[in-house]
Amino acid sequence: MTTMTPVVLNKDSMIIAREQDVVPFRNRVKEHAVRIGMSLLNQTKLITGASELVRNMLKYGKGGIGMIEILSKGRDNGIRLIFADNGPGIPDIQKAMTDGFTTGKSMGLGLPGTKRLMNEFDIKSEVGKGTTITVIKWKNG
Amino acid sequence: MKNEAIKIFQKKKSNILEKWMTLQLQDEGLREDLISNEDLRIQSEELLSSFISTLSDANIEHVSIDDFEAVKDILSSISISRAKQGYSPRETGNFVLTLKEALLNTLSEEMKDPEALYKQSMFINKIMDNFAINTFETFIKGREDVIYRQTDEITQISTPVIRVWDGILALPIIGTLDSARTQVVMESLLQEIVETGSNIAILDISGVPAVDSLVAQHLIKTVAATRLMGAECIISGIRPEIAQTVVHLGIDLSQIITKSTLASALKTAFTILKLEVNKKQIVKHH
Repeated sequence: MTTMTPVVLNKDSMIIAREQDVVPFRNRVKEHAVRIGMSLLNQTKLITGASELVRNMLKYGKGGIGMIEILSKGRDNGIRLIFADNGPGIPDIQKAMTDGFTTGKSMGLGLPGTKRLMNEFDIKSEVGKGTTITVIKWKNG
Repeated sequence: MKNEAIKIFQKKKSNILEKWMTLQLQDEGLREDLISNEDLRIQSEELLSSFISTLSDANIEHVSIDDFEAVKDILSSISISRAKQGYSPRETGNFVLTLKEALLNTLSEEMKDPEALYKQSMFINKIMDNFAINTFETFIKGREDVIYRQTDEITQISTPVIRVWDGILALPIIGTLDSARTQVVMESLLQEIVETGSNIAILDISGVPAVDSLVAQHLIKTVAATRLMGAECIISGIRPEIAQTVVHLGIDLSQIITKSTLASALKTAFTILKLEVNKKQIVKHH
């Protein structure tokens, strides 16, 4: 069961270029989460995580693309969010994933906190090229 | 050797303007309530003069948009002002599209050679299409400005400070708390604390859909500022799912008094102020 790859049922994407895009993106994530019948708690975790990552992308990556995918794996449904930017990249991912570490003035909880809120979390970054973060939240996860 | 089309335009300028005006006035969508015929004529004439005087042998064949900067400026200011006045995109687009019609119409009347006519018409088409695209871009930008302004206005009206009791203020926050919003909330709260001499402020976040680390940070800052003013701040309206999410995210709100409902926050406020609210005892005499 664990090796089963999820099937993408539906795709959606949105360009994130300014702070005004955060709430519309979050609302769209919520719409999809409601449609697959995600519980209120998981919905809240998902949109809070989405909020962190979108804000990160705006602040450090100068905006990018937010993709929403509806997944189906076995009997479970879920939502995958992919955030891709062409920003400066993260030199030390391990450090960035540490609680309390920040290069800005924030709390330094965005990346590690989001990892705790999601079921799956993947980060790929290349200095000078950009960062791509992929997260999955299962409906019953 | 000067381009034939340019010569025709220069010679027939007033004729073109008349045709253009007729086409614009014919349009059923013309908003006579928004612009008088006189103003429309002035706008049209300004644009046409600028356009014809900018046309040259070089730029008519190879549309170089930089040459038409002046024309575009006029067009942009017209479409932005129209967007703000509430014109529909069709009405705004018609302004430049009817000019194209008038220009092509004049060319076909004046030029006898079909091949040359076709060639010149294509040039004009290309230039005017460029203008049309530009018009839509600026029109949409004008509309976006309207939306941004409304967003600001909504931020202002949706942060009222309510005096719920003598010495107790309540601030229901609805929507998301971004930096700009926090600034407004903080300013109006601190101002009100001074004006009313209140000791306690209750920030109710029942209407905040998600508390991420940025929102939490703003809440903590607001509480800290309130404390500096000598008042205590209680955060209420923390829903169960928000509480669990905040914990997973790793945000520490333990230094702040938090309550699940506004009612329990008010109760805490009463306790702090040593107030007691009791049901009236009715003493019965026998």
